[in-house]
Amino acid sequence: MFFNNPDIWEITLLSLKVSGLATFISLLLGLPFGTLLALGKFPGRSFLLTVVNTGMALPPVVVGLAVAMTLWRSGPLGSLHLIYTPTSIIIAQVIISSPVVTGLTAAALQHQDPRLQLQLLGLGASRLQMILSLWREARLPLLAALMAGFGSVISEVGASMMVGGNILHQTRVLTTAIVLETNKGDFSNALALGILLLAITFMINYALTWIQQTGAKR
Amino acid sequence: MSELMIEIQDLFVRRSGRPVLEIDQLKIEKGKVLALVGPNGAGKSTLLLVLARLLKPERGNILFAGQRLERIKPLDYRRRIGLVMQEALMLNMSVTQNIAIGLHFRSLPGHEIASRVEEWLERLNITHLKNRPAAKLSRGEAQRVALARAFVLQPELLILDEPFGALDNKTRPELIRDLKTLLPTLHTTTLFSTHEDREVNALADRKIELTNGRIDAEAST
Repeated sequence: MFFNNPDIWEITLLSLKVSGLATFISLLLGLPFGTLLALGKFPGRSFLLTVVNTGMALPPVVVGLAVAMTLWRSGPLGSLHLIYTPTSIIIAQVIISSPVVTGLTAAALQHQDPRLQLQLLGLGASRLQMILSLWREARLPLLAALMAGFGSVISEVGASMMVGGNILHQTRVLTTAIVLETNKGDFSNALALGILLLAITFMINYALTWIQQTGAKR
Repeated sequence: MSELMIEIQDLFVRRSGRPVLEIDQLKIEKGKVLALVGPNGAGKSTLLLVLARLLKPERGNILFAGQRLERIKPLDYRRRIGLVMQEALMLNMSVTQNIAIGLHFRSLPGHEIASRVEEWLERLNITHLKNRPAAKLSRGEAQRVALARAFVLQPELLILDEPFGALDNKTRPELIRDLKTLLPTLHTTTLFSTHEDREVNALADRKIELTNGRIDAEAST
């Protein structure tokens, strides 16, 4: 039976680990950077926002190519021996999802009433307390940013294939496994893996949406 | 003359390249209520933002309780004042949590926060709203919460930027009447901006009129 195959669960677990970690790192990068872009006043801010917004539409296969060239044995970071490892997939996925989280964070904060910042400072908030309060106020769109970031990496195949190599027990994830099964002509396995991927994505987004909507009702 | 809370000398503020405020001298005594009146664009909000240290003047000296403002750290200063804006700008939490937020910023102990919030819920007649989400308040209720949120901080200087401006004709007199009773008991130096003579007459000890960023007239009320 398909689901009795331990390889399937290993691949599923690796997918979740890689994309979960990449989303988490993207959040660590994107939340502060998006906040800086939304609230900061410095030269080049509009240009950086344009770069981030363009990055939201980065084709994973182009990211894969760039990361592969960088990590290739003869590339600038070839000495780190990261190509065809889960780390290389995480690096590529962080590059894909960081602009998504950054851009949506900036948009969420820019959407708030700018006088709210003044009001919070006027109530005695430190800079950090003000930012934490603004994040709390924007928690619903920020959760949407998290979902979009996760969605952009759990479903991508181009970058994972190019930098991971789709090696069984090492770098095979759900999306690359689906490509392999399709190439082999084993559509039933490919379809089962696709349904599994959809089910996992649905469950994670269902949990996040539940958190989001519970927050909205408060 | 009694002790001064604020003394302004030679204040000049430019916004978007345009001079918006030019005050040679302004003194505000401790414990007094000063009304700033003037048409839109006269510089009332700008002066209040400067006094809240949320806007930096191009030049000028401001003394706060005899101390030069630039010698006080901005955060320390802002924790000695209270600010209420025309729109209540509630946070998406309960009324009690909204009123407590400034006290949490100051890291006060929980029991003190609870007792102070309880006191101000009562003094502003909003105890019945304490558990209500702020998003479900009427404008008048929200403005009472905004005032409680500032009063609870026990500020040395209270800055109210058109606090009744967003209220309807029914709610406004009620709130003015309550503040008229409340303010004299607090002895808090208060500055508020308004267009309405009724508010000036009801609440202020003194008023100054601003026109085109300059003090046009000054009078006791």
